[in-house]
Amino acid sequence: MNDQQSGEQDKAQPGGSIVPALAVDGLSHQFGSTAVLADVSFAVQPGEFAVLLGPNGAGKTTLFSLVTRLYDNRSGSIRIFGLEVRRRPSEALAKIGVVFQQPAIDLDLTVGQNLCYHAALHGMSREAARQRMTAELERLGMLERAGDKVRQLSGGQRRRVEIARALMHRPRLLLLDEPTVGLDIAARQAIIDHVRRLCDAEDMAVLWATHLIDEAAPGDRVVVLHKGRVRAFGGVDEVIEGAVAGSLAEAYATLTGTNQE
Amino acid sequence: MTAIHYIRCLEGIVARECRRFLNQRGRFIAALVRPLVWLFIFAAGFRSVLGVSIIPPYETYVLYEVYITPGLIAMIQLFNGMQSSLSMVYDREMGSMKTLLISPLPRWYLLTCKLFAGVAVSILQVYVFLVIAGLWDIQAPLTGYAAVLPALVLSGLMLGALGMLLSSAIKQLENFAGVMNFVIFPMFFASSALYPLWKVRESSLILYKICDFNPFTHAVELIRFALYGQLNGYAFAYVAAALALFLGLAIYGYDPARGLIARKGQPDA
Repeated sequence: MNDQQSGEQDKAQPGGSIVPALAVDGLSHQFGSTAVLADVSFAVQPGEFAVLLGPNGAGKTTLFSLVTRLYDNRSGSIRIFGLEVRRRPSEALAKIGVVFQQPAIDLDLTVGQNLCYHAALHGMSREAARQRMTAELERLGMLERAGDKVRQLSGGQRRRVEIARALMHRPRLLLLDEPTVGLDIAARQAIIDHVRRLCDAEDMAVLWATHLIDEAAPGDRVVVLHKGRVRAFGGVDEVIEGAVAGSLAEAYATLTGTNQE
Repeated sequence: MTAIHYIRCLEGIVARECRRFLNQRGRFIAALVRPLVWLFIFAAGFRSVLGVSIIPPYETYVLYEVYITPGLIAMIQLFNGMQSSLSMVYDREMGSMKTLLISPLPRWYLLTCKLFAGVAVSILQVYVFLVIAGLWDIQAPLTGYAAVLPALVLSGLMLGALGMLLSSAIKQLENFAGVMNFVIFPMFFASSALYPLWKVRESSLILYKICDFNPFTHAVELIRFALYGQLNGYAFAYVAAALALFLGLAIYGYDPARGLIARKGQPDA
């Protein structure tokens, strides 16, 4: 394990400024000769709800795979609370919770077994796992379903269990890759509201990837990703202003649809 | 991360694998029926055709059923190793491999835990098989049942590591049929599981050499000797070396920086 190495750059930034929850800098990635991400840079501050907005194929999932170190980044840097993912993967991964685009949950195990399995992967004791499970399921109003097999749950409930699972080890940064895909409008809204409440209550940074503009709210920070490049990055107002548009939808269309780069 | 974190992680992975196995009754039954068919039908039929002379570790003439029992034990582990590999490909397609790999514990450790979990499941199957065979009067010395345990751990790890290596190379579930044809059957038949190697040598020297090269042969011999309370040092070393090789390559295959996953990307990438 190389996470004992102490990195000078990994310390807090000079001048006492806040260390971003996630800082991506000059990140490029390719599969074979196809470039999927090109010089991507942006940051998410602690406690901030950031929306990674981009059409399908923009490179959002690849970006998530790099941040979670499923793929190795060969260029640029990815820091989680100042920890370089490449050099200190263990400490960096301990700070993040992830909900993948594809549901990744054991249908034949119970809700509780799924959550406890995840807790074990993070080295949590059974007692701690039980406490966290109770707290998270209670928050979802799903405590009485702990003994049910996941197969018996609806799509929206499964997603919420996946969010609860991602929170088991109390991460400081939550990554969600298109978490509302395949859900009906009510379930979708419930998930968004839930995660926004979490962001406020736990002072947790959230990076929410989506292709649906209406999932971004006025106070959010937005990263517009298109064809592997960051087309805009800033507050919703700044992005609208920068694109000389009247609304975020218009700005998004300008930045992704009509842009011929 | 301290030792206690590592232990809890291992416990969690083994518990999940055992639960999944026990949930799949069909898989449990299939895993038992396969060797029992070989034992009760194939071996009974061939009993008179294939005479086995006295070779170590046996001290007397043995029935053909007795001879092939260690081979069938290894077969259980071979199938289980491949089944685990299948479930890893499935896990990867279903995304649960990702939930494993984003654990903060090092990846080599997570894969090794996964391997141990598969071995635990295979040992469960082997002992149930041995109990049924025992009821049929195919028995080893009582101490052999305990002595075989470490051999089963080692051979199970080796065959599981082979499966894991294959799973890092197989991109999709559909390719698994190829594994059956090109891995399981040749490994099983070109080994000492069904016939002693001196017999193979009588008919073909090349085939003998292939059998002798096959790590499965050595897994069978390791189990055979252990079942009679003896250690076959050469088989032990051979299986251990094969384990180191397969596991090393499998960990390389799952390494985000170098392996096949990084180069090819995943289906949903």
